[in-house]
Amino acid sequence: MKYRVVITGMGVVCPLGHSTAELWDGLMTGKSGADYTTLFDATTFPTQFDAEVKGFDLGRFVKNTDLHSSGNRGTQFVLGACVQACQQAGIDVETSSPTDGIDRRRMGIYLGAGEGPVDFDAFFSALVEGWDDTAKGVDWQKWGQVALSRLSAIRELEQEPNMPVSHLALLTGARGITRSCLTACAASTQAVGEAAMLVRHGKAEVMVAGGAHSMIHPLGVTGFNRLTALSRRNDSPKTASRPFSATRDGFVIGEGGAVVILETLESAKKRGATILAEVIGFGSSNDAFRVTDMHEEARGACQALRAALNDAGLTVNDIDYISTHGTSTSENDSVETLAIKTVFGRQAPKVPCSSPKSQMGHLIGATGCAELITCILAIQQQTLPPTMNLNDPDPALDLDYVPNTPRKAKVDIALNESFGFGGQNNVVIIKRYTEDGYR
Amino acid sequence: MNGRRVVITGLGVVSPLGLTADEFWQGLLDGRSGIAPIKAFDAGTFPCSLAGEVPEYKLRDYVPKSYRKATKLMSRDIELSVIAADEAFKSAGAITKAAESGTPTFEPTRLAICFGAGLISCDLNELAECVAKAVTDGTFDLRKWGTAGMENLTPLWLLKYLPNMLPCHVGIIHDIQAPSNTITCGEVSAYIAIAEAAEVILRGDADAAVGGGAEAKVNPIVMMRQCLLKRSTTEHNDSPAAACRPFDAKASGSVFGEAGGAILLEELKAAQQRNAPILAEFAGSASGNSLNPQIAHLEADGLGLAMTIEAALAEAGIRVEDIDLIIPTGTGILLDDRAEALALERVFGTKLDNIDVWAIKGMVSHTGAAAGSLDVAAAVKAIQTGKIGPSVNFQTPAAGCRLKLTRGVVEKPIRNVLCCGYSFGGQTAAVIVKRFEA
Repeated sequence: MKYRVVITGMGVVCPLGHSTAELWDGLMTGKSGADYTTLFDATTFPTQFDAEVKGFDLGRFVKNTDLHSSGNRGTQFVLGACVQACQQAGIDVETSSPTDGIDRRRMGIYLGAGEGPVDFDAFFSALVEGWDDTAKGVDWQKWGQVALSRLSAIRELEQEPNMPVSHLALLTGARGITRSCLTACAASTQAVGEAAMLVRHGKAEVMVAGGAHSMIHPLGVTGFNRLTALSRRNDSPKTASRPFSATRDGFVIGEGGAVVILETLESAKKRGATILAEVIGFGSSNDAFRVTDMHEEARGACQALRAALNDAGLTVNDIDYISTHGTSTSENDSVETLAIKTVFGRQAPKVPCSSPKSQMGHLIGATGCAELITCILAIQQQTLPPTMNLNDPDPALDLDYVPNTPRKAKVDIALNESFGFGGQNNVVIIKRYTEDGYR
Repeated sequence: MNGRRVVITGLGVVSPLGLTADEFWQGLLDGRSGIAPIKAFDAGTFPCSLAGEVPEYKLRDYVPKSYRKATKLMSRDIELSVIAADEAFKSAGAITKAAESGTPTFEPTRLAICFGAGLISCDLNELAECVAKAVTDGTFDLRKWGTAGMENLTPLWLLKYLPNMLPCHVGIIHDIQAPSNTITCGEVSAYIAIAEAAEVILRGDADAAVGGGAEAKVNPIVMMRQCLLKRSTTEHNDSPAAACRPFDAKASGSVFGEAGGAILLEELKAAQQRNAPILAEFAGSASGNSLNPQIAHLEADGLGLAMTIEAALAEAGIRVEDIDLIIPTGTGILLDDRAEALALERVFGTKLDNIDVWAIKGMVSHTGAAAGSLDVAAAVKAIQTGKIGPSVNFQTPAAGCRLKLTRGVVEKPIRNVLCCGYSFGGQTAAVIVKRFEA
């Protein structure tokens, strides 16, 4: 028995705002979430800007803030996103006796969630004080004493990548299938896709699915800077994320949390929930090529695209819009374009494909679900979000990237792509909900 | 789902008991302890200075020549996953790209992987050396880090520590092109990874898949974290073999360690067609949540874990009286052991009196994201051999624990095994493995 999987709620906390309305408004008005780094002193870093979530107040969303106040930034953002999504879907939160008609044993959680940052002062002071410069190594006895006295148990625990899921469980009371994955920048698209499979095959009736991540901290930015993956356009943060442009020089690191509520069509109807869209296809693949590079011929990306189309029972002619991974790195945007051209063939130039990362930044593990939400909004509004900052097109990249201005368009079926370091490729296809379905 | 069945055809285990699944199994039957004072670093000032460490290995033995350059990008967690996966394929008589000759057994686009990984710590010595170059007046200076510190880190530094690099490297070595996922659900990661690997086959997106997990926990920050959370025992630094005592009245905490476990799963018909060794069948699984605001511990009444076990039994279509063996998490943390025992009692009631329960962490330690794969490997071996090993260090049952823990080797036919457990953070999971019958 297969069940139709529908989306009945969505919520987001991202650099463009703390609601789907603010996100959409930002995308439609050319707003950029990027600016100089305020979360730490990055003034001597190769990259001195990012796209931060600003002014977030968990208390606006959650009553029992004490329970969640120790959570890392990613955890807090996804709590905010989850409350929004549950409100829209009519799911009770923060109660031990919900009246929303959902059996908590049939309600699960699947996040693509990242780790939290190290406990900065304690972590680095232990390293500095433990360092033995004569021996050129850490004196672990000394390190142990400092670490034991300065590190905090709860702050250490909250760094674990399963913590966002732990907090969502306490928030929602979900007792059904619960998973957390971390496949780099493709994590939350994979989480939503796999969650949809669980609902489709009857392993859960309702899934809270999405992503949570913030790597805007000294070691996170160091890691990406060493990989030369980040834009260094320090004189112009707001135009730095310029996917598909000839002058793109890296991505702009963002942060956030995003959640969609997936449920069987039966459950949604029974509860009288408003159906926002239907998940009709999922494709996932592995490059098996190199840890450092994407496959030159986009082998894995093509496979994931074809698998998703096949899963949805669609041809390339059916796709109205592609929300690209579009990171603004030289490699991604080239390989991604090649993948679309390879799979879509003569149809490729006719399919509009844009990158919300040009405005939102790259939310790392959380990015896929946030972008899936932009697809839902595009279907609702019959409008395509643009690729901003695309003023000097790369001659080798010649698809319709919806440059610089939003566009009214018929959008019934949208495809969301996410790719991650190590060759992770994930594609989810959604459709405007209609009673007669898609098969 | 569509009549497909998933069988287990290969095992790979690298654990404190040895570098192979056979050494692991023999160690378990012998009741051998893999727990000892930490060798990886001087843990003299740590409240707990014990761990389960993997014996020395030569990584090059497990990596094809053409890929050896990439070993410098492998953190120890990745190494353990590579070693375990190598054995899983070989023991199943499967040829992959790693063999560098012969026709691969599996079509790469029909071979998947789902692996459990932990929060991988970076090499603190490597980081500290760079940090030492960014110190002003005895404290870390972030501005100096930007100009004179970070440039000393190898450019690919981050890639050593991304959790998805475990299945990524394994995937490159063996040419795995179907879905690849990395489960980061703490200590139930491997259970969930094995379950999802099976589901990917069941739903038709692959014909074979590697499930499992690996974690190299014997790193100063990871071990310190467990000390800070007071999950490690502090009473046995001089008596390592007696340190981890699941469900025992004198239990005083757990001991943490490192391991990698890989389970090769195949669609039944494909496995039969290639005459693969069918070791057991994947019967069903579930996961869920314990809802304890004290997220480091299981909820006291074990409710969430009980619900998860019930869901797994329902999916497998197996009655409680048909379970012949339970391999629980059994950490030696009193609060959690008690809650787990209550969960099992809630599900099995008085039938629990007749079911053998085998807690293996007294021997292998708690290996985090790898732990579930060790449990499942032990379950498969138990089904194959009709043997169960001793629950080492279980002497006097902890208050309220009515589990029938094994005290020596038990020999009997074993049909169905329940592996179950929980993680700090509250995720619960269960995997049921059954004897294969055509």
